[in-house]
Amino acid sequence: MPNKKYASQGHYVAPLEDTPVAPIDKLDESQKARSTWADAWESMRRRPTFWISSVLIVLIVVVALFPGLFTSVSPDKNCLLANSNGGGEPGHPLGFTRQGCDVYARLIFGTQASVTVGLLATLLVTIVGIVIGALAGYYGGLLDSLVSRLGDIFFAIPTVLGAIVLMSVLPSRTPVTVALVLSIFAWPQIARIMRGAVLSAKNSDYVMASVALGVSRFKILLRHVVPNAIAPVIVIATVSLGTFIVAESTLSFLGIGLPPSVMSWGNDIGQARTSIRTSPQTLLYPAAALSLTVLSFLMLGDVVRDALDPKARARR
Amino acid sequence: MSLPIVDAVNEQYDSSTEPLLQIRDLEVGFQTQRGIVPAVRGVDLTLYPGQTLAIVGESGSGKSTTAQSIIDLLPGTGKVTGGQILFEGRDLTTLSAREIQEVRGNLIGYVPQDPMSNLNPVWSIGFQVEEAIKANNIAQGKEARLRTIQVLQEAGLSDAGDRLKQFPHQFSGGMRQRVLIGIGLSSRPKLLIADEPTSALDVTVQRQILDHLATLTRDYGTSVLFITHDLGLAAERAEQLVVMYQGKVVESGPSQEILANPQHPYTQRLVAAAPSLASRRIQAVKQNDSADTEIFAKGAIDTTLLERAAEREHAAPAKDLISVRNVSKVYRIRKQGFRTDELKAVNDVSFGVQKGTTTAIVGESGSGKSTVAKLLLQLESITSGTIEFDGQDIAGLRGSELLKFRRRVQPVFQDPYGSLDPQYSVGNTIAEPLLAHKVGSARERQTRVLELLDQVSLPASTRYRYPSELSGGQRQRIAIARALALKPDVLVLDEAVSALDVLVQGQILNLLTELQTELGLTYLFITHDLAVVRLVADNVCVMRKGQIIEAATTDEVFDNPRETYTQDLLAAIPGGNFEFGR
Repeated sequence: MPNKKYASQGHYVAPLEDTPVAPIDKLDESQKARSTWADAWESMRRRPTFWISSVLIVLIVVVALFPGLFTSVSPDKNCLLANSNGGGEPGHPLGFTRQGCDVYARLIFGTQASVTVGLLATLLVTIVGIVIGALAGYYGGLLDSLVSRLGDIFFAIPTVLGAIVLMSVLPSRTPVTVALVLSIFAWPQIARIMRGAVLSAKNSDYVMASVALGVSRFKILLRHVVPNAIAPVIVIATVSLGTFIVAESTLSFLGIGLPPSVMSWGNDIGQARTSIRTSPQTLLYPAAALSLTVLSFLMLGDVVRDALDPKARARR
Repeated sequence: MSLPIVDAVNEQYDSSTEPLLQIRDLEVGFQTQRGIVPAVRGVDLTLYPGQTLAIVGESGSGKSTTAQSIIDLLPGTGKVTGGQILFEGRDLTTLSAREIQEVRGNLIGYVPQDPMSNLNPVWSIGFQVEEAIKANNIAQGKEARLRTIQVLQEAGLSDAGDRLKQFPHQFSGGMRQRVLIGIGLSSRPKLLIADEPTSALDVTVQRQILDHLATLTRDYGTSVLFITHDLGLAAERAEQLVVMYQGKVVESGPSQEILANPQHPYTQRLVAAAPSLASRRIQAVKQNDSADTEIFAKGAIDTTLLERAAEREHAAPAKDLISVRNVSKVYRIRKQGFRTDELKAVNDVSFGVQKGTTTAIVGESGSGKSTVAKLLLQLESITSGTIEFDGQDIAGLRGSELLKFRRRVQPVFQDPYGSLDPQYSVGNTIAEPLLAHKVGSARERQTRVLELLDQVSLPASTRYRYPSELSGGQRQRIAIARALALKPDVLVLDEAVSALDVLVQGQILNLLTELQTELGLTYLFITHDLAVVRLVADNVCVMRKGQIIEAATTDEVFDNPRETYTQDLLAAIPGGNFEFGR
């Protein structure tokens, strides 16, 4: 052995007081117990983006539920053509539409329709997507093939194009029907994500362990697979809420969404396009409200994604 | 072809005793949300030209972090916060990113741990080796291609020319690791850092590769820095050992001296826990067998096989609890088009397991050992043959019969990170089998959970915790507690301790042995690790390519293996023939 000539490589033993030996694999009881969701909350709580977007969303929902709290001006009565496209004045801070109605009041009262469509469509799409995606991914086989191809068919139709066709044949056009039509074309996305997440969760060892423990197949789906597969769906759902609000506006703008009698941001934007050069405020304010709402949901989706995905958290 | 750099290294190696690498008081920390967490706390280490040094430690000891900081490969949040890394007298911590790039690859080669993920699957092997050669300015253009073939040949791929165009998925794990070693050594570096280079490979492959690596580095005069969790491997492959624990060096010096005479309590623990051929079954085997064990232990060499077989028959009049007869499992693999191929994962396997004993099934990856476990657990259907449990054919079990069977035969799986649902608290996880079989009231189930936690030596408060808060060993305890909840007769342990650090592994093996004596459990122990088998098993079945090629008592297999394959397996156990001071 050539070691003898290397004086610095003798047998070194660290002083015991510097390197105390801890008991093997002892549970650290000083930390508080936390679940994945508690962890996620902990991580969200620390981010200003979360608070900004949450406050905005709460505000938007309150406006949608109680528009009367925010304005005493009627949005569609007492519209004087004399005020047509007029600028801001005391009592009417954002000016008037082409019909002489108060822009601010229409903004406030239009929130309800837009937010209803967004929330309703998201809820429908999420429920349908989760159920269909989970069943297809978990049971596989023929069911999976059928559902996946069906999803592909709907996926191939552009949402707006499909909605235009469907809306034009519907007898009545209300926020509910608009939400329904949007969901018909949007569920395959959620179903696909759910299916993928279920596929990876169902092959995990804890599922196999549960099978060997004698837990029934359906109970395993409910208790183990779905809770572990749902995180990506929640993220996509928060993001798609914004896109549904935009889709409603698009349809209304094209004149086949909500009827002109229903106040919505989309309708207002649609009606404002004729006078955009002379009085941009009629277009600008509803568009800004729309952007702000979509932005809030996108920001929330972003925070939720980071919180539910520990890898993204570690990178920051 | 002789490269000038080789001669330069050899010259220096012969004439100089200046250290090649000297780490002084190195400190490395990781930036987290709660400030800087130290990972390496004042490490000293000296490596001379041509020497091989191994850093040994359990996961989280800072051994990999130390190695990564040498060539500035620390993950994003890691930073050297103090100390020096002197390489040929130059402090690497002060170099700029561009300067360190010159050192990395050219002067210091690196062989990463996981051969599966460290080659890019979309590029051919030849392209990736050539890329490394060009990047290190070893050769350019046509010459680079020739050099690529040479590097691969040296790495032990004889038909290198033909294999250049092949992709990583066409290479086995061992061959990929050879390629990575080839890349690491392609520039004839002065130092090669090998971070757990073979821990993902089977023992026999591991031995070939380490032998090959030793030959190459000796020829080139390259110093090697090994990072490993395996004390046996470190002792066998390195002259110098550095034992790390919680970011500090607790003991360092010549390998043989440390193994023979460990001074620090932590090193003593490690040495004591290292399974080797010399060790024995953790606890005295059952009363009626002990006489036989005695005979085997004393007169292993002069007792003939026939006599021993007779002795075993005498000692084993009891009926088998599990009897596996001529069992085969065939998988259909879809090929291109509508053709299918048959894969015989398990081929005509027969063995019996007696109540209260441990039978180990040993084999390398792909030997079919885990499939046997799944067949016995009824997680896969048997293609042909029968498995009887307590006199009953398990293939036909349905409904409540199957549930009854599941109550009596429980699994513990390998991956302690995957086998517990991350969304379930520990209490709910352990109570799940009770709930599924509708055992007791909610209160009674709670009491049972506490009882089980106590049996696996975890505090009662553990039941409120979630798997992400627990260590690998603690999770495996939970998995064992869950498996014990229904008071089963048989536990099928599929690589149940393979993912754990050696000290934790020893602890779990002790726990399993205690539980066996206490509860009269029967174990089927599936593992690739022969050294562990010796500690826990009464009987061993060695599997290869779906067949059992040798089955006998543990002592018989270890003292007098009949098959060449078994002999190879035994010989390949790292540090197997070392005398550990204990």
